[in-house]
Amino acid sequence: MEFDIRKQMALNVNRRRFLSKLSLGLGSIALGSLLVPDLFKTNNDDISDFIPGVPHFAPKAKRVIYLFQNGAPSQLETFDYKPKLREMFGQQLPESIRSGQRLTGMTADQKSFPLAGSFFDFQQYGDSGAWVSALFPYMSKIVDDVCIIKSMHTEAINHDPALTFFQTGFQNGNRPSMGSWLSYGLGSENKNLPAFTVLLSRGIGNGQGVYSKLWSNGFLDSMHQGIQLSNGEDPVLYLNDPEGMTRDMRRKFIDNISSLNELGFKEFGDQEIVTKIKQYEMAYNMQMAVPDVFNVTNEPDSIVKLYGPDCLVPGTYASNCLLARKLSENGVRFVQLYHQGWDSHANLPIEMAAQAKDVDQASAAIITDLKQRGLLDETLVIWGGEFGRTNFSQGKLTKENYGRDHHPRCFSIWMAGGGIKPGIVYGQTDEFGYNIVSDPVHVHDFQATVLHQLGLHHEKLIFKHQGRRYRLTDVSGNVVKDILA
Amino acid sequence: MKKRTSYFIVYLIITVCLIPSCFQEDDHNKKQAKLVEKVSYNFHIRPILSDRCFVCHGPDANKREAGLRLDIEEEAYKAFKDDSSAHPIVPGKPLLSEAFLRISADDTGILMPPPASNLKLESFEIELIKKWIEQGAEYEKHWAFIAPRKVSLPDIKNKKWVINEIDYFIIDQLEKNDLSPNQPADKERLLKRVCLDITGLPPTLQMMEEFLANDDVDAYEKIVDVLFKNPAYGEKMALHWLDISRYADSHGYQDDYYRSHWPWRDWVIHAFNKNMRYDDFVSWQLAGDLMPNASKEQILATAFNRNHKITEEGGVIDEEYRIEYVTDRVNTFSKGLLSMTVECAHCHDHKYDPISQKDHYQLFAFFNNVKEAGLEHGYRSAKLPVLEISDEDVKSVLSFVNKKDTGKVIVSVMGERDSLRRTFLLNRGAYDAPAEEVFPGTPSAILPFDEHLPKNRLGLTQWMFDKRNPLTARVYVNQIWQEFFGTGIVKSTGDFGMQGDLPSHPELLDWLAVDFMEHGWNIQRLIKQIITSATYRQSSVMNRKKIDHDPENKLLSCFPRLRMRPELIRDIVFASSGLLVNQIGGPSVKPYQPKGIWEAAASSGGIVGNLGVYRQDHGESIYRRGVYTFIKRTVPPPSMIIFDASTRDQCEVKRSKTNTPLQALVMMNDPTVLEASRVFAVRLHEERNKVDDKIFTAFRSILCRQPKEEELRLLVNYYEQTLRSLKPGNVDKLLAIGEYRLTTTGDKNSIAALMLTISGIYNLEESITK
Repeated sequence: MEFDIRKQMALNVNRRRFLSKLSLGLGSIALGSLLVPDLFKTNNDDISDFIPGVPHFAPKAKRVIYLFQNGAPSQLETFDYKPKLREMFGQQLPESIRSGQRLTGMTADQKSFPLAGSFFDFQQYGDSGAWVSALFPYMSKIVDDVCIIKSMHTEAINHDPALTFFQTGFQNGNRPSMGSWLSYGLGSENKNLPAFTVLLSRGIGNGQGVYSKLWSNGFLDSMHQGIQLSNGEDPVLYLNDPEGMTRDMRRKFIDNISSLNELGFKEFGDQEIVTKIKQYEMAYNMQMAVPDVFNVTNEPDSIVKLYGPDCLVPGTYASNCLLARKLSENGVRFVQLYHQGWDSHANLPIEMAAQAKDVDQASAAIITDLKQRGLLDETLVIWGGEFGRTNFSQGKLTKENYGRDHHPRCFSIWMAGGGIKPGIVYGQTDEFGYNIVSDPVHVHDFQATVLHQLGLHHEKLIFKHQGRRYRLTDVSGNVVKDILA
Repeated sequence: MKKRTSYFIVYLIITVCLIPSCFQEDDHNKKQAKLVEKVSYNFHIRPILSDRCFVCHGPDANKREAGLRLDIEEEAYKAFKDDSSAHPIVPGKPLLSEAFLRISADDTGILMPPPASNLKLESFEIELIKKWIEQGAEYEKHWAFIAPRKVSLPDIKNKKWVINEIDYFIIDQLEKNDLSPNQPADKERLLKRVCLDITGLPPTLQMMEEFLANDDVDAYEKIVDVLFKNPAYGEKMALHWLDISRYADSHGYQDDYYRSHWPWRDWVIHAFNKNMRYDDFVSWQLAGDLMPNASKEQILATAFNRNHKITEEGGVIDEEYRIEYVTDRVNTFSKGLLSMTVECAHCHDHKYDPISQKDHYQLFAFFNNVKEAGLEHGYRSAKLPVLEISDEDVKSVLSFVNKKDTGKVIVSVMGERDSLRRTFLLNRGAYDAPAEEVFPGTPSAILPFDEHLPKNRLGLTQWMFDKRNPLTARVYVNQIWQEFFGTGIVKSTGDFGMQGDLPSHPELLDWLAVDFMEHGWNIQRLIKQIITSATYRQSSVMNRKKIDHDPENKLLSCFPRLRMRPELIRDIVFASSGLLVNQIGGPSVKPYQPKGIWEAAASSGGIVGNLGVYRQDHGESIYRRGVYTFIKRTVPPPSMIIFDASTRDQCEVKRSKTNTPLQALVMMNDPTVLEASRVFAVRLHEERNKVDDKIFTAFRSILCRQPKEEELRLLVNYYEQTLRSLKPGNVDKLLAIGEYRLTTTGDKNSIAALMLTISGIYNLEESITK
């Protein structure tokens, strides 16, 4: 029988067992690659033995777009309306309310904690009557499509650990990010695009940086790591061929090395060589597929109008939102955006107004756009930061100016689509906007809920590493059933 | 030969089809259940109990259910507290053993493990446990906690194949499994393998010629000795150590400013090159500052324990982060040097291994007395306590530090406080929840801490290098084995505990460990034993039987083909093209990197700091070896990360080895590879010979072997085809890639075609595989 590379490449084998049992000749990424195949069929009756690529139950959502507001927007200037703070302007935060909450190093030495009401007015919108501040005229129009959670809380009080906690379920990092878990759990819908992509942008507000550990695969195979995309010259790092190389030249180049690699396979019989040949083919396909997604010139005027003119300016939040929709539409499982600049320790009225202007229209546009395409039902969209902000002013309080420090005990986010109940406001905080009084949602609860919507049980999506079974929700977490449609 | 190959392909296809049924470990265990006459606790039973039972019935006292503990013999045998007539395990009598009745129950109400735990025992595992109880339910101490001893070499049949002791153990297992070892690799491939393994650099054409022409019996050993003398050896050996030590050039948290720890990296290279004994190498790093009349070099070595991330985020609580640093030291010490996962015990008793939370904090106490802060105010490239390195030092006691500019460089090092900081067990690991006070000590299950030893890091090193310590030598020998064979004798390099893998060749591991200690912890001697063995010299060709019987090649019936680390891929590209600037040490360098990736991720504080903007180096600096590439932790160099390099966020003992399309994109489009192809093409073009010869030389320099006729034909065809289709505009653009200037009057089209041909050779699977 003659050697037939195509037959080799077409062999349909049990991927999970390949990946877990066989290292010789296949390595850890046999048929998978960064472009993880979708839903492999396997028979397994062992409930404890998680099978990558197969959901645990029928999913409500197929994809996630996570609009991370990096730096932590204040709940008091977004969705958590607290008239009491205006009434008590300048008065001290009662000790009974603070009740031992630890302070960051930035306000630990502050002698007084003067309450600061929102500089911006609030109004109720939609059938749900949700309160939204005047900073978000576009988002106020979509409140009936989203579920606002006002009772989020977290454990960390500083950005790095809090961001890491939100994304990996553990403050210290070194664990897989939520998108990596989904890539591992569900694979990719599009074999020419990564399952987990990351887009970065920045506003003029105080920025807290992002770190690649936030989209790290941790101990999962590196094919599950988030791939950072940018709509600059090179949308995926190293994607572009050098200047002077045509597509035809690249095709011939790859054909040439494939022929040579086939000779190597004949000599050694090492399956890794077959994989290598396939990876060059995938790279070639990716070189075509990614620029297609990034090409926004064919978007109609109505779309440009919807997202705002910034959506044509590469690197802006609006442009990333438009890309997020396109990537998601093309089957990217998890699109993660980060928009920096929400860390308003000082000059909050100015900084937050600018940040809101950056994100308001495009964030709302994603919901409208997905809805008009019939995709909102199967796409889970999340908007929010890593913690909340203090109800008292950091630094000097005046009528026109104040700042807010980090606050872990309550903050607001919203979720939409993907089987989440639309048009509701969930959870309540006290009249000071400091403590939760009903329906608290811990970060692990939030993560369990996201996984649940994608058909994954957070206690069963596990990976054994260094002898221990790890999961995104570490050792806690409950699905927030009340917000499910 | 040809016929054999085609048979082999058929076999391979069949094998691949059969994989789901024949490659499963489960099946292997099933067979074992029938095969083994005597069930072993260590090899058969503990892996099951540890994985499925110990979470609730193991070492963690706080999570123990029903007061039952199955990891200790006496506890498992004794009657239940609430029912003195029932016993978890009754030796010889499975049907009287409550534990057995519960795991084999039909009633899910009493079944163990409970279905809600998402854990389950397979029927063959239950059978094994039954048989084990029938045979007396004998417990054994965990293999890794029994000090290694040398056993006599096994009695084997194929004595002709063996070269040294290693081979006895390997072939013994092969013979028992009815497998044969491979013939030695051909000389070209063997030379490539040993050069890359010792120096990380491919052999030069001259070395290839000389080695091929030398038919002396000791030609190979001589090459090995020459390679050890090459200072590139230290650079190669440093790579793994830098992963263990989480070395990087930035502080690692939010703003992620510059850190100047490279003089410590220079010391590591220096230490390997002078073949420092492993016990000294580690002792200096753990406790150099506490040694009598500590030298500056010994103090510099202690930067090992200060390579961890250090925060610069304004609002953090000082103590929270200080605790974080001490914890990182404990983790690095235990995972990197002892292969124990002690970090589990940071918050609670270990669920699988006999490491209590108290044990963790006793180890913690050794590292808790550093004169350091959680958050230092004001930026410095090293954090207190620091060692200043002056021009004087570099001229004298620290001559291995490659410091060119004048001015001081500082490195964070270890240094004790004047008064002893008390250490407390922390509830749930929380910095603000201190409980009972603890004192320096070591887990007694490994080896109790001798009363006479000083209760500080110096004492800790003496404990570590006590010959009765069952872990130290085994762990390092295993890591060295992994360095050459890709996988350790214990596959779970970082976990020798109950949940770790069992050694594939336990007697070999012990033999090597004892031998290593008996011969003065001599690293080069150990490596030489490995690379002169017949096991190491085997060819990499696989056949059906090998893949069928031993898919992971645990038994080493052939040498495993392994993709090189990204640092070495870079070295191969530079060395073969002639671009390599071979200079040892010095500040890390910033070569080509895709635009804007540091800037896009930087915080407002970080962007104005010294690492906000990527300022690429120029000239010689960008052609340095991969070990010198600058690592900014929050945005590590992408071409390295894509090839599975460590982010250096924490101690890493084993990198994964993936094969992805992004790697293909790096090899095709990274200007580093394209520039090397161009420069190599220009050089070859200047030679007065035929194009076939030029391509021949390029192939040989990169793959370290002569091309076969068919390979050369394919490449020459590609060259000619490319030459015909090149457009002038394209040629100029291609020849403009990279900063290296090389003037030539040669025909540009020919050079560009040759450049693409060479770039193709760099993209071959074999080029980056040893």
